[in-house]
Amino acid sequence: MGLVARQLEAAGIATICLSSAESITRAVNPPRAVFIDFPLGHTAGKPGDKAVQRAILMDALEALETISEPGTIRPLPYRWSDDDSWKQSAQRSDGDDRVSRTDEPQYQFPEDREAAEAARQQ
Amino acid sequence: MSAPVDYIERTREQYAHLGYPPYRWIHHEDPPPFTPLTKPLRESRVALIASGGVYVRGQVAFHFKDDTSYRIVPRDVDYGALRVTHFAYDLTDARTDPNVVFPLETLLDLAGDGYVGEVNANAYTFMGGIYSARRVEQELAPALTEHLRNDEVDLAILVPV
Repeated sequence: MGLVARQLEAAGIATICLSSAESITRAVNPPRAVFIDFPLGHTAGKPGDKAVQRAILMDALEALETISEPGTIRPLPYRWSDDDSWKQSAQRSDGDDRVSRTDEPQYQFPEDREAAEAARQQ
Repeated sequence: MSAPVDYIERTREQYAHLGYPPYRWIHHEDPPPFTPLTKPLRESRVALIASGGVYVRGQVAFHFKDDTSYRIVPRDVDYGALRVTHFAYDLTDARTDPNVVFPLETLLDLAGDGYVGEVNANAYTFMGGIYSARRVEQELAPALTEHLRNDEVDLAILVPV
């Protein structure tokens, strides 16, 4: 996503990246980012928690307004849980958890495939 | 608060474990391009781009073989028709509440409260974890940039996973 950010900014569109993968964001070096220290799959908040979802987005907008140094990654103060035990399993890489690479569309529900095929025929 | 999880290190270990050569992450040492805001947030048109693998029922889902395609999600989409597919993260919470990877409702609420001028008519989604940085730079990023230029967007909120 940092690569998208860099091209958008080069085209004159200001961007803010949310990130939960600090090392990757640092490597890609987007113009502005906020770091949310949550497990992958929750960059914009916790499920059902509208307050934290709103707070993260407002902080992101504030970062967009106030970051003046290109490449800044501003950490946000939210914590996933009282302890950081989730990080231990997130950091582990034992085993092969890859899924097979196929160009078959991966529908959430089987009926999504039928809906997509019906839409295509219209 | 403990140190962030280092996903580059995790990928390096995983590839080594599998006997693969290390993945060559993009490293941009040069300062990024930087466009200052030209107008207040409350007068700005804001676009959402998210890479969590969100599609709408009726659209073709993403696939797992370096998919550089994207989907257009209208801002007035029925939230119940949002679907999520991705090979690289636990989808449980995103499928329960898409706002955790695709905060369109949240953004619409902020626009309703006047924090931003308006939400762009369309949001754009793709599925991150694309192996080829070259294809992102030459195919996906230019296509999304063209959309946002045509939409006359002032600023973009980018939500990777």
